[in-house]
Amino acid sequence: MAQKEKDIVVARPSESAGACTAHSCDISRRTFVRAAGSVLIGSSSLLRLSDLHADEGTNAHDQRPTIGDRLVNAATEGAPTPLKVSDIPENSNPIIALPYDTASNTVRDGSRLNKLLLLRLPVESLDAETRARAADGVFAYSATCTHQGCEVSQWLPADQALMCFCHFSKFDVRAAGSVTAGPAPSNLPYLSLRSEGGELVIASAFNTKPGAKRSG
Amino acid sequence: MKRHHLYRFLLAAVLPLAAVAAEPSYTPVTNARLLNPEPQNWLMYRANYSGWGYSPLKQINEHNIGKLKLAWSYSTGMMEGHQAPPIVNNGYMFVTTPNNQVIALAAKTGRELWRYKKTIPDELQQLHPTNRGVALYGDKVYIGTTDAFLVALDAKTGKESWKTPIADWKAGYYTTLAPLAINGKILVGCSGGEYGIRGFVAAFDAETGKEIWRTYTIPAPDQPGGDTWPAGTYEHGGGSVWITGTYDPQTNLTFWGTGNPGPWTPDTRKGDNLYANSMLALNADTGALEGFHQYHWNDGWDWDEVSAPLLIDVERDGKKIKSLVHAGRNGYLWLLERTSSTVNFVDAWPFVKQNVFSSVDKKTGRPSYDPDHIMHIGKAVGFCPSLWGGKDWPPEAYNPITGLFYVPANNNLCAELTNIESKYTKGELYLGVSLENILTNVRMTVESRDHIGEVQAWDLNGRKKVWTHNYPEMNWGPLMTTGGNLVFGGGTNDRLFHAFDASTGKLLWQYPASSGVEGVPSSFAVDGEQYIAVQAGWGVDAQRMQGAFDAVLDHKTIVPQGGSILVFKLDK
Ligand code: FES
Repeated sequence: MAQKEKDIVVARPSESAGACTAHSCDISRRTFVRAAGSVLIGSSSLLRLSDLHADEGTNAHDQRPTIGDRLVNAATEGAPTPLKVSDIPENSNPIIALPYDTASNTVRDGSRLNKLLLLRLPVESLDAETRARAADGVFAYSATCTHQGCEVSQWLPADQALMCFCHFSKFDVRAAGSVTAGPAPSNLPYLSLRSEGGELVIASAFNTKPGAKRSG
Repeated sequence: MKRHHLYRFLLAAVLPLAAVAAEPSYTPVTNARLLNPEPQNWLMYRANYSGWGYSPLKQINEHNIGKLKLAWSYSTGMMEGHQAPPIVNNGYMFVTTPNNQVIALAAKTGRELWRYKKTIPDELQQLHPTNRGVALYGDKVYIGTTDAFLVALDAKTGKESWKTPIADWKAGYYTTLAPLAINGKILVGCSGGEYGIRGFVAAFDAETGKEIWRTYTIPAPDQPGGDTWPAGTYEHGGGSVWITGTYDPQTNLTFWGTGNPGPWTPDTRKGDNLYANSMLALNADTGALEGFHQYHWNDGWDWDEVSAPLLIDVERDGKKIKSLVHAGRNGYLWLLERTSSTVNFVDAWPFVKQNVFSSVDKKTGRPSYDPDHIMHIGKAVGFCPSLWGGKDWPPEAYNPITGLFYVPANNNLCAELTNIESKYTKGELYLGVSLENILTNVRMTVESRDHIGEVQAWDLNGRKKVWTHNYPEMNWGPLMTTGGNLVFGGGTNDRLFHAFDASTGKLLWQYPASSGVEGVPSSFAVDGEQYIAVQAGWGVDAQRMQGAFDAVLDHKTIVPQGGSILVFKLDK
């Protein structure tokens, strides 16, 4: 009985376990033509599985922050301008930055896991460990929350912590990004910076893999 | 290996298979069964197409509920908000959890039959890591995922039959609702109102996953209603759809609620912003919009009206009305009339403290606003109810025996927000309110310090509240009512799952769960024995509201997280 049911399932043309067949992943033009007469019904953009799965490190854009990369402001459009220590205001909201490979003139914007938060605090206020990976008081954390992958964007000066809006996890920036509140299961990853003629340069890879550590 | 050892070995290897085979064969879900679900089953999100959340079973009732005991429980292995009802088809139970997991169990014993988990892209952000259940059709089980796929699984094995991307998750689209199966089609909507999406309802072929129709909730400029948006705003106009629709087989119309317009700042999108904060009546075969009602225009309070209306026959002034009933996030209870081709306004009245509407037009139902409570950029504006509304997503319930309509409400709660400028960037939050402001938006009143959460029972014919049960703090508990004159619901931060006398509101029974209960309860029977099922697992917006309460109250409440399925039956 069970065997028979299984046979029927396998025989169906659209069933290819784990894979998405070409016809079922493309939203066809025909859908649009058939529906065009109805109010509000429009064509939908053509979606392919390949658009929806990003792989890490297959090209320079996707590659994770790499030693020697400069940093650029993620919000600035136009030609990449490497950030300097002096571009980072002390004690204020973090600057969201992306790694920039000068050799290939590539901003590594292919993955949101490459986003970094740059913060600057008075050097004297930093513990030895944070100071060691900072460049003149500027230090960097991953911008991706370890809970469910939202962007960590809020600076809470009173707590000296970064906060994620999605479920309010807080990360202590002076204690290696450790979790002080909320559901995040692990520290916010960091990497080291150094300065070269005032320009910020990445001096190490992430200490741990950036992104959500999902349960289950 | 000696021969008799070999036999023993083979026997041991075969035993688990024999146990699986002992499970009764799977009963395919047909149109006829969905139109007339058997009392022992809970075949869809709200048990019937009318959206009642009602089980006719009455073995467990107001007289014997004291003997209701845990029959089995099952840990889902997930944190965050567990909101899906255990959906049951002749002994097979299907439950979804956060992180796009489906678990199939033997409904009577809790034995796991299979587990499916869709791989989540590393880069995905989950603002609402939850799922509200499966749809069943034929021999398949359907789930919408937070990376915006619709996936069909074989009900017996959990193997993927097909999966279809329904939108681009990188642009902030995701799905958390239970799909709706109608006549060979699987209907879904999309979340993402905080990411500048353009909402839609879409239908896919149940057998192949091929898209059949798609209706946007926000019209393009050349479509009817397109002129209610300033140029260039509709593409990120929100109107998300994240709660399952209802369906009237007589007119073949399916009814869906829509979310707020995006971003939250009404100054930046002057106009009515159709069809945000509305109820849409769509032809189930074509998706054509046949009628609609916008509950409120140019929203600035984050009042998603995503809950689909319940189909209830109501009597008004001696006249029978085929109605659509909705307890709005805007704090008003809406009574509409449905015909084969249109939707008419009948009545609306506040069911919680509301200070934004100065009046509601008696003919059209269009509200007028008190200018003091309209949001503007740069201005701190207070309003009630809070951004979580008089009733957020947790569904209402209707009991045809008591004739009462039950509402899980949050009363007396107000908020204050200041709109700021915002810029759309693909895949990023597009709000127009600072995150810090959202964290601290709650404003307690004298009344809210008394109580906030309520379970309300309404006589819709007489527009009369029959009973109310108060909870000291919030209520995030979806409701179920049964033929045993009972109403079930969790939703409180003390982890209790409650049962009330459906006629009088008397609290009859409660169970302290492992975590806060924000799951949709269901009821079913196997071998003639009735069960009550629900998921515990606190998270998402209930937890967010708790955070906001902790920020303003003089005490903090820890609600432990971690999901489990709880199934109860009468002690013999
Ligand atoms: S994703 Fe950051 S706290 Fe949940």
